[in-house]
Amino acid sequence: MKNLIEVKDIKKNYGKKEAVKGISFNVKENEILGLLGPNGSGKTTTIGMLLGLLKPTSGQIFINNLKLEDHRIEILEIINFISPYIELPKKLTVKQNLYVYSKLYKVKKIEERIEYLSEKLRIGELLNSITGELSSGQKNRVSLAKALINEPRVLLLDEPTASLDPEVGDFVRTFLEEYMKEKKISILLASHNMSEVTRLCKSVLMMRNGEIIDQGNPDDLIAKHGRTNLEEVFLKLSRSKSEFN
Amino acid sequence: MSLTRIYGLFLRHFYLITRSFPRILDLVYWPTIQITLWGFISNFFATHTTYYNNAVGVILTCAILYDFLFRTSIGFNMLFLEEIWSRNFTNLFIAPMKIGEILTALVTTALIRSLIGLVPAILLTSPLFGISILELGIFLFFLFMSLYIFGITLGILVSSGLLRFGPSFENIAWSTMFLLAPFGCIYYPVETLPEIFQKIAYILPLVYIFEEARNILMNQTVDIENIYNAFIWNALYFTLSIILFYYSFNVAKKKGTLINMGE
Repeated sequence: MKNLIEVKDIKKNYGKKEAVKGISFNVKENEILGLLGPNGSGKTTTIGMLLGLLKPTSGQIFINNLKLEDHRIEILEIINFISPYIELPKKLTVKQNLYVYSKLYKVKKIEERIEYLSEKLRIGELLNSITGELSSGQKNRVSLAKALINEPRVLLLDEPTASLDPEVGDFVRTFLEEYMKEKKISILLASHNMSEVTRLCKSVLMMRNGEIIDQGNPDDLIAKHGRTNLEEVFLKLSRSKSEFN
Repeated sequence: MSLTRIYGLFLRHFYLITRSFPRILDLVYWPTIQITLWGFISNFFATHTTYYNNAVGVILTCAILYDFLFRTSIGFNMLFLEEIWSRNFTNLFIAPMKIGEILTALVTTALIRSLIGLVPAILLTSPLFGISILELGIFLFFLFMSLYIFGITLGILVSSGLLRFGPSFENIAWSTMFLLAPFGCIYYPVETLPEIFQKIAYILPLVYIFEEARNILMNQTVDIENIYNAFIWNALYFTLSIILFYYSFNVAKKKGTLINMGE
């Protein structure tokens, strides 16, 4: 399997503050990599750099073997993103939003694509609803539809199931598992939901203070740190840096 | 440049406008109120002085021209601010759109927004006040074109500020036109200004546009030099605004404004 995401020693400084301190990692095709870390650990900054919204202070990012710095538009055509912190225009209907983004991503068979995603994500009945009037769970599925509108090869997920009830959360996780198997895409998942990460990811990166402090398979990390689940590993790593230096 | 993407972004704003009656009302309401108000003021002066008796059309025409400039500039800023307010900003900037495509889509949408307000205002002036702005003839097109370019230029400058400094720059968006209005010599000749202000006025395209509008209406002559000067200054400021926008985009990528804008 080839690497769809290659991050090589990227750093991001805001003035004297080092938000990301030279991290490197790869995400293979058909792989979900979990990105874990407490608030302020550099996860969002890393995702921002992968999306081209932030310019790394140093280091290089390659998506599908293309250097982000030189091929921003080509890369953005095959990448997409979902986060609870960004929304679609509230006054437009769901279908209008999906139609607009289909145009922005130059989707060829728009109606077909919207129909496919509507069926998969169970939003068919919502297409003519005003986006701002949807529930959190409905908005989340619509945002996911927008994130998949361009059939991305790389999907960046920042807390994709935050504020969702367990049923909707489980639906989204199941959908992502099936979609990844079907399309062989790469997913980078930043999450605070440890059971979600354990279920979806075969490999995780633990970040703290802009550094990767540990990485590996969730089961291996649990065994390595002598804990019973990933949440305990997360708490251990987040609370005590000295143990791992 | 992709027409599909430009059309896509235009649609995003077109849908918004057509879905919201208050937004349509807002587009029509202010120009209409402005024109009506100034029409009555013009009529008042016309009945009290001989000079203004000949100048009702001049004042009203300048009001319409100024309003078009105001609507274009504010309209452009509104399009940009809508993306911030709706927390859609990040979605837009992670779409594979070139900066030129974003600007072209916004510039086109801003023109349509301004025309939606302008057309009813022009249509109202004739039955209400017996005045037609069309008396400016073919040169009306050039004057509107100059105002449109300058309005868009101001819009791009403010949007550059929003990119660079984030939503906190929003208030500047509302005050730009009011700050420039005194130097624009919209309702009075440039000689009315103190000398130091005249120097500032002459480096703005506005003074040439409004001087020429008054010249055509009052003297029935055309001074091509005014139109030429307006276009030259416009070309300069427009180019500078585009350069500044690109610069602000790059600074925003370094500072992290783009990723924080939607939060």
